[in-house]
Amino acid sequence: MYRYVKGVLTGGACAALLSLAGLPQAMAAPESNDPIKIALFDWTSVNLNAKILGGILTKLGYNVEYPTADYLSSLTTGLTNGDIDIGVEFWDTTAAEAMKASDATGQTERLGALGPKAKEEWWYPLYMKEKCPGLPDWKALKDPKCAEAFSTPDTAPKGRYLGGPVTWEGFDDERVEALGLPFTVVHAGTDGAMFAELDSAYQRKAPILLWIYSPHWAPAKYQGEWVQFPEYEPACYTDPKWGVNPDKKYDCGKPHGEIWKYSWKGLKDKWPGAYKVAKAYTIDVNELNKLSGQVDLDGKSIDDVAAQWINANEAKWKEWAK
Amino acid sequence: MTVADTRTSPRAPAIAGWTLIWVAAVACVAILYMLPDIAPWAVKYPSDAVIPIADWISAFMAWLKTNFTWLTRSITDVFNVPLQWAISLLAKGWKFGYGPDALTLPRLSWIGVCAAFALAGYAFGGIRLAALAAGCMIYIALFGQWDSAMLTLALIAISVPLCVIFGLLLGILAFRKPWIDRSIIQPMLDLMQTMPTFAYLIPMLLLFGNSPVSGMLATAIFAMPPMVRSTVLALKRVPHEIDDFGEMVGCTQRQKLLKVLLPSGRPTLMVGVNQVIMLALNMVIISSMIGAGGLGYDVLLALRALKIGQSMEAGLAIVALAIVLDRLSQAAARQRPSAHVPDQNFVQRYPMLTAAVAVLAGTTVLSHFVPAFASVPAAIKMSTAPWWKAVVDWVNIHFFDAIEAFRTFLLLYILNPIRDFLVGFPWLGMVLLVGLAGYRLSGARLAVIVVLMTAFCAATGLWEKSMATLYLCGVSAIVAALFGIALGIAASRSDRFAAFLMPICDTLQTLPSFCFIIPVVMLFRVGDVTAMIATVLFAIVPAIRYTNHGIRQIPESLIEAATVSGCTRRQMFWRVQLPLALPEIMLGLNQTVLLALSMIIICAMIGTRDLGQEVFIALAKADAGRGLTAGFAIAFIGIVADRLLRASTDRLQSRLGLV
Repeated sequence: MYRYVKGVLTGGACAALLSLAGLPQAMAAPESNDPIKIALFDWTSVNLNAKILGGILTKLGYNVEYPTADYLSSLTTGLTNGDIDIGVEFWDTTAAEAMKASDATGQTERLGALGPKAKEEWWYPLYMKEKCPGLPDWKALKDPKCAEAFSTPDTAPKGRYLGGPVTWEGFDDERVEALGLPFTVVHAGTDGAMFAELDSAYQRKAPILLWIYSPHWAPAKYQGEWVQFPEYEPACYTDPKWGVNPDKKYDCGKPHGEIWKYSWKGLKDKWPGAYKVAKAYTIDVNELNKLSGQVDLDGKSIDDVAAQWINANEAKWKEWAK
Repeated sequence: MTVADTRTSPRAPAIAGWTLIWVAAVACVAILYMLPDIAPWAVKYPSDAVIPIADWISAFMAWLKTNFTWLTRSITDVFNVPLQWAISLLAKGWKFGYGPDALTLPRLSWIGVCAAFALAGYAFGGIRLAALAAGCMIYIALFGQWDSAMLTLALIAISVPLCVIFGLLLGILAFRKPWIDRSIIQPMLDLMQTMPTFAYLIPMLLLFGNSPVSGMLATAIFAMPPMVRSTVLALKRVPHEIDDFGEMVGCTQRQKLLKVLLPSGRPTLMVGVNQVIMLALNMVIISSMIGAGGLGYDVLLALRALKIGQSMEAGLAIVALAIVLDRLSQAAARQRPSAHVPDQNFVQRYPMLTAAVAVLAGTTVLSHFVPAFASVPAAIKMSTAPWWKAVVDWVNIHFFDAIEAFRTFLLLYILNPIRDFLVGFPWLGMVLLVGLAGYRLSGARLAVIVVLMTAFCAATGLWEKSMATLYLCGVSAIVAALFGIALGIAASRSDRFAAFLMPICDTLQTLPSFCFIIPVVMLFRVGDVTAMIATVLFAIVPAIRYTNHGIRQIPESLIEAATVSGCTRRQMFWRVQLPLALPEIMLGLNQTVLLALSMIIICAMIGTRDLGQEVFIALAKADAGRGLTAGFAIAFIGIVADRLLRASTDRLQSRLGLV
């Protein structure tokens, strides 16, 4: 047994040495030739931003790699030890707790805001306005007739609201209770499932009320409106006395927030130039929506769209690199 | 016949005694269920008595991370070498230096790879296999999945040999030292097979980093057990004569193992290799989530953007890859080692291998000059994506009302009552009933094991979620078994139906479940019905296969004997075929239950509220302890179900006089 193991290990070690010896010494490139790893997650806009930032860094002579990673857990795993060097989209609205945990490790750095503001709220397609004319004011949802219009046989007479995954810090169960809405909250397990239901309902002009976020392709593809809840203030989530219900917290809408860029702490010292660009990198919300639409609705590839942006905005990113 | 005998045998009073015990136990539990106030601690596990196993595991992981990162990271580095090499060779090409004047070497040309697969098919199975292998690879290329498929293939090409080597070593160890086998290896294999991969994703990320190597190791954990099991089986099955012969000619232990035992067990070993490949392909989505990329990532990304067609195409590319690797490895398993002819040079001895290497080298060199050889030209790519989407949309618009009525009925009158019944079930009552069943079926040993495992689910504070898991898996497994056994019987009676059904089974098992989950959500909404349908689609396969196989393998002579003694078709089925196939059917049922359980995690992506969700929350919070605890609970449910089912199969067999 021992001999086998030893054989395997020595074999591996030899292979490792050989491959190291085989690499020619690289030509002089900025600071370090190790690849800068920019994480890809599983939605379009983050991958666009990753490819744009990565494309700029490549043009500046850096070596860039794009490992795939898991959104929330990367904050406390990959980014803390340099398996991932940069993550470009962490939303205040869904990742606030994970970011707090990441900050607490002291091994990551918040690179500042990406630019677009994250908005998340209850959303309905426009055709539902006929059945529930009081919308978008949230008080319209209190009307039993209105709730019934949003119901399915298994929730009736209560309305059905499709919330995001439980991990998304949505507080919708609490919100329904605090605002006294006659609704049942159903949690989707992933946003893929959520948008599948929306697409299905929209085709049939069937009732649906669900959690949507922006920037995203959905508000561009489907016509609809956000429900207007009492505006969020931090006190609403912490102080029961705040708002329409004096006994309960969460009697308001969802918080809006920034989208943050994060890096591994070592980025600054290892690649100061890349760090500067990553820190300066921002993108306009309309532009991002337009680019996401080109990928998700027009079927272009992410790489093409990113390359096109880089070519069109050379002056802009040259400024960031100075 | 034997059943009738037991009634008159002296054991009759004992059976009556057991009936009494069962009635008493069920009555106790029923009273507890109706009047939970007599002993609330026996119904709902007291929250202050919850054992903080999750915290212990987290603390242990943190300690491991601080003290052993140097070791785990070196392991990552070592494995990364062959892996990066394979990725460069198949998918990305080599790049030396950086910036504009970097020197790049091309990857293997796609035309060459297709040709090499065709040659391998020809070498192992003749012209038909060659056509199949080439067809599948060309399909992947034409549908624009080549780059990702090669990334996936690179991962498989490295992790499968890894699994095979370690599986062989463990198997040999288990064969040589039966006590290690019983006390360590068997329980470990059970855990590796029933524990959902997502549960150990976080520890993997912490220790081995966010790199393809983590994906590869996670794949290895999941895919290795069949290799170990078939090694043990292969070594045990080697006839004593061969073993003794090795002894007589004076082999050393090592020589006997390498030159006698392993070669004689080759067919069984190859079955293990085949299983490893299939399981490794099952893992591609999971490993794509931690740095590996490939086809699994394409499926995931397409589904996030609701591109049903694209995700279906990426999924079918996985199926195509699975079919090629499965058929090739099966054909290789059937190969007889050829006799060694002296005085042959390498080319004469391996004509196909030489041809493949030549084609690969030739096309790859050509690809440096002709771009069409380097990557699939866009002009010949095609897509069925709009078609898939159109089909789902059409069904959605025209049949939703009927589907909705069916869904509501199922939910309100069947699923919800069962769920409520199980979630409110007293934990102590369940422990009692399970323990009693274990004792009755096998004995004190089994009783202790199942009692401890059931109690674990309660003691970690996961009782309600465990019961919700049991509900979803149980209902799905029953539905899958009913339909699967019926389909299996039908397939056993008609070769044409079997030929029609088997490719569907293959597809259902290798197509990533994600692919059909999203269309099912569109038609059945988020909720338990969708989860049940997805689970049934996946878990039905072994029920069909084993039933079909079980009935078909009944010896012709027995059927003839039954016909001669004047059985009607009906009698033949109920009195002869079904009882004789029962062990196989039960084995299929066992697999169905385990597969249903493995879908729990996937179902959590739809939005179920059970242990799968618990694993997902842990994943999002990067909480290693919480994820592993929920993973153990899932594994224990699987092991309890497996042991009880197996014990009852054994009992049934001995009752029917089959053993």
